Amino acid sequence: MVTASTELGYNSKVEGDVVVTRADAVINWIRTNSMWPMPMGLACCAIELMAVGGARFDIARFGAEVMRFSPRQADCMIVAGTVTYKMAAHLRRVYDQMCAPKWVIAMGACASTGGMYRSYATLQGVDRIVPVDVYVSGCPPRPEALLDALMKLQAKVKREPATQRLFSDDAPPRADLH
Amino acid sequence: MASGNDQSNAAAVTSAPEAGNLLGFLRNKGVAATERPSSDHPAFNVPAGEVVATLQHLRDEQAFDLLMDVTAIDWAEGASPRFTVVYHLLSTTRSAYVRIAVNCASDTAPSAPSVVSVWPGANWHERECFDLMGIKFEGHPDLRRILMWDEYPYHPLRKDFPLAGIETALPDADVTAETGTRVLAAPMAGGPFVATSGEINLTEAEPRAKDESWADRRPRPDQEGLKQVRE
Repeated sequence: MVTASTELGYNSKVEGDVVVTRADAVINWIRTNSMWPMPMGLACCAIELMAVGGARFDIARFGAEVMRFSPRQADCMIVAGTVTYKMAAHLRRVYDQMCAPKWVIAMGACASTGGMYRSYATLQGVDRIVPVDVYVSGCPPRPEALLDALMKLQAKVKREPATQRLFSDDAPPRADLH
Repeated sequence: MASGNDQSNAAAVTSAPEAGNLLGFLRNKGVAATERPSSDHPAFNVPAGEVVATLQHLRDEQAFDLLMDVTAIDWAEGASPRFTVVYHLLSTTRSAYVRIAVNCASDTAPSAPSVVSVWPGANWHERECFDLMGIKFEGHPDLRRILMWDEYPYHPLRKDFPLAGIETALPDADVTAETGTRVLAAPMAGGPFVATSGEINLTEAEPRAKDESWADRRPRPDQEGLKQVRE
């Protein structure tokens, strides 16, 4: 991806210090390794989310340790827990306050599908109200599963056409809500 | 910790834990209480107009100092009285419970007197009861829904309300406009999820639809007739 090239040095003063790559690769590389999560902890999954942030599992190894409780400083919302219909609108508002580019991880059975709460009060999957990038199975998922989801999200971010979104007014459409 | 005075008080109240004694106490206070069938604790039916005075007497003179719960029973459509409001009291000094039940006069717009004046802690209990069962508590200082949102049109714990829910609008119109999402009936996929306790095999113990003879595509046998009526 990002490679140091000695052949393309044009000036002896900077020779060896010039990196040639694509803008997409650089931007995605930066985004990938400094993803600031918005911990939307709504139920017991949030406990596992805390474990991921702790020393044993240490999400800092993947550059995502800066949990921001302000959506304006976060770019990856981790929905950890059961989303009720009463909470759904607030969740959407928090999502809307996040600056683009932004991603969503649906952590656990409840956030992904409503889980065992097949009832009048529970949103049957957070993808009905925000676009979800990665789903994590489990009730609650193991911390390793969330780390795996983060790595999958990073792999997904690396494939994004970052410059196309930077310089065009109309970003390519995200996954449709249903 | 216990002074001589406290011990004498405790002796006085523990001497009358029986249902008959409590019934006699309430009758002496002029409350038209009747004994209610109960398998555990003393329970009494009380007319709606006398419930506040009843709870006040029990709190001040019988040491029932803690209101454990205010809830309601829906005896299902067609029953009359359809709604019964139930108060659970605990005496922390004599470790005794008593249950007071009040039948609501109206089967369509049930109401009961608020006991917030006696127990401020009844405030949220009564809001929950209003939210989920639709009991209107007369005299409540702030009778709003507490779990569902304010505009929600149903009372979900009533017997005629399906567990899956009824399609309705989300509380926020702007979010609905942006996402097109509404409150939908949850897919039951074979019935309510039930956990099995005491199972060693976790696969069997986890919550699942036990009755798999029917699902979304194949309606429950006893609802075939209902489905035809709707169609």
